[in-house]
Amino acid sequence: MADPGTDVPVVGGTFRHPGTGTSERETEVMTVNIGPHHPATHGVLRLVVDLEGEVVRDLRPVIGYVHTGIEKSCEDKSYWKVIPFVERMDYVSYFFQMEAFCGAVERLIELEIPPRAKYLRTIFLELNRIHSHLVWLGTTALDLGAISMLWYCFRERDRILDLFEMAAGQRMHTRYFQVGGVIEDIPLGFEAKLREFVAEMPLRVEQYQALLDRNEVFLSRTKGTGIVSRERLLELGVTGPLLRAAGEPWDLRKAFDYLAYPEMDFKVPVGTVGDNYDRYRVRVAEMVESTRIVEQALDGLPEGPHIAEDRKYVLPPRSELSTSMEALIHHFKLVTEGYRVGPGEIYYAIESPRGELGCFVLADGSAKPARVHFRDPSFVNLQAFRDMSVGSYIADMICSLGMLDPILGGVDR
Amino acid sequence: MPDAPGLELIRGEIEAAHPGAVVDTGFAQGRAVLSIDPAHVLTVLGWLRDAPGQGYRFLSSLHAADYLPSTPRFAVHYELLSRDRVERIRVKALLEDASPAGGVGDGGVEDDPARSAPPSPATGPAGQNLPEIDSCVGLFPTAEFQEREVFDFFGIVFKGHPDLRRILLPDDYVGWPQRRDFPIGGEPVTFTYNERNYG
Repeated sequence: MADPGTDVPVVGGTFRHPGTGTSERETEVMTVNIGPHHPATHGVLRLVVDLEGEVVRDLRPVIGYVHTGIEKSCEDKSYWKVIPFVERMDYVSYFFQMEAFCGAVERLIELEIPPRAKYLRTIFLELNRIHSHLVWLGTTALDLGAISMLWYCFRERDRILDLFEMAAGQRMHTRYFQVGGVIEDIPLGFEAKLREFVAEMPLRVEQYQALLDRNEVFLSRTKGTGIVSRERLLELGVTGPLLRAAGEPWDLRKAFDYLAYPEMDFKVPVGTVGDNYDRYRVRVAEMVESTRIVEQALDGLPEGPHIAEDRKYVLPPRSELSTSMEALIHHFKLVTEGYRVGPGEIYYAIESPRGELGCFVLADGSAKPARVHFRDPSFVNLQAFRDMSVGSYIADMICSLGMLDPILGGVDR
Repeated sequence: MPDAPGLELIRGEIEAAHPGAVVDTGFAQGRAVLSIDPAHVLTVLGWLRDAPGQGYRFLSSLHAADYLPSTPRFAVHYELLSRDRVERIRVKALLEDASPAGGVGDGGVEDDPARSAPPSPATGPAGQNLPEIDSCVGLFPTAEFQEREVFDFFGIVFKGHPDLRRILLPDDYVGWPQRRDFPIGGEPVTFTYNERNYG
């Protein structure tokens, strides 16, 4: 054991032995390790925190505990087999991972997806955004002592997962998006069930607000805590609800033209102060806006094919296999070798529930990508955590971490 | 995105101020790409950020790619974004491999004596020379984690980075796993206790 008062080196920093002195203990800076397995870190995140009493003086996030080398593994898979891999990065917003990768490949091979696929993708992305925000709201409110919120949020989350299961056969990690469109059209009865959900969701959001908006404990824990200025957030590359809560109306759905978003009428909620309360308000307002997008996309859902017809990249329909030799050959080639993508590289970014989710794909002409890289918003946003927490109480740090909403599967990849 | 003539204008203006900075320009899939000499990375990024009429003030993403077997072997990509004009531009700093003879599973295709012996070579755990580039954390603080990630996976050293350590892999890890000559499955099994005793 080290002597009291000395620095003990540990991975990611040094640990100051707390010492045995009694008089100077009030002002001594003590380094505390939080995590990696801690309920309040929302995953396998480790924090090395310098504390002076209860006040955070410095903080270093240590990450990499769930690094599984997905980007490297993708280099050994044909393009269509990469899709289920990338879904498992940010395991709460899997539809967004799929869209980032499929969209990037589609732009590389210049494959236009049919309008119905665009609308279906928009519907599922926005359902996934509501799902992701519900998981965030439930777990963060749980951290702040509002235990019942978790059950209310997970009730609606379960209905979204039921919808995913109905359309794709899986509740999570659905592999529903394909290069060229979506794997299957929505089944009979899906629309009615979705309309029921869309009609009910705004009432449910009102319930959440009724539970939290006048909750004295919740308000005093969130208001005025974790403030970072808009300029500093931009310097740190923070995007998504965190940036919008600081008053910057930046949303890739509005800024860039992708999927059916240009045809949708929705608002971008922004905050004013940029504290944890604004972050909560922005995300809750986004759930309502997402519901509106789902409803509009369902109303305007065009008829037609749900996946592109290009047989070089898209599997032929099952019915053709028994009648057409050519379809059988295409099917065989696509399943065994996969399709080849000509040399090129692309960076395609979409607005995920946490900010700018970018996918970089480098193609070398073979049937496997030479590099797949994800610019994960959780990974970049985590850099703002130090600014949010230094100078605040350790209890506010836990609140800020919840409001930051990092998904460690996405951070570590 | 700046269109193809717009990209040539940018190239011309950078060339006028910093001769030799731009190596090549490319325009594919509607994306503008500016390939630059790594020695000028900070001047080019700073110019794109601050010059009037440019305003690429937001660094969306910083990542690297290994172009083995072509030369130069590595490229660090800077995805810049102008939020006022909603335009993206990619700056690619092309880097030679600094260790032509050595390193993990060397492909044996690199031979460029001009850059293989930098004046102050940073060395990796295996003692091989690593490619170097200036860190842009001073211009874009968001690059801190992302440069650490590139160092972690490609062994590209960012000079002037405040805290250049491995970020996702363990500190004592040997090798640069995202390089193309690093084999998949080249990872030894760490927890072999059960295998040894009961396997």
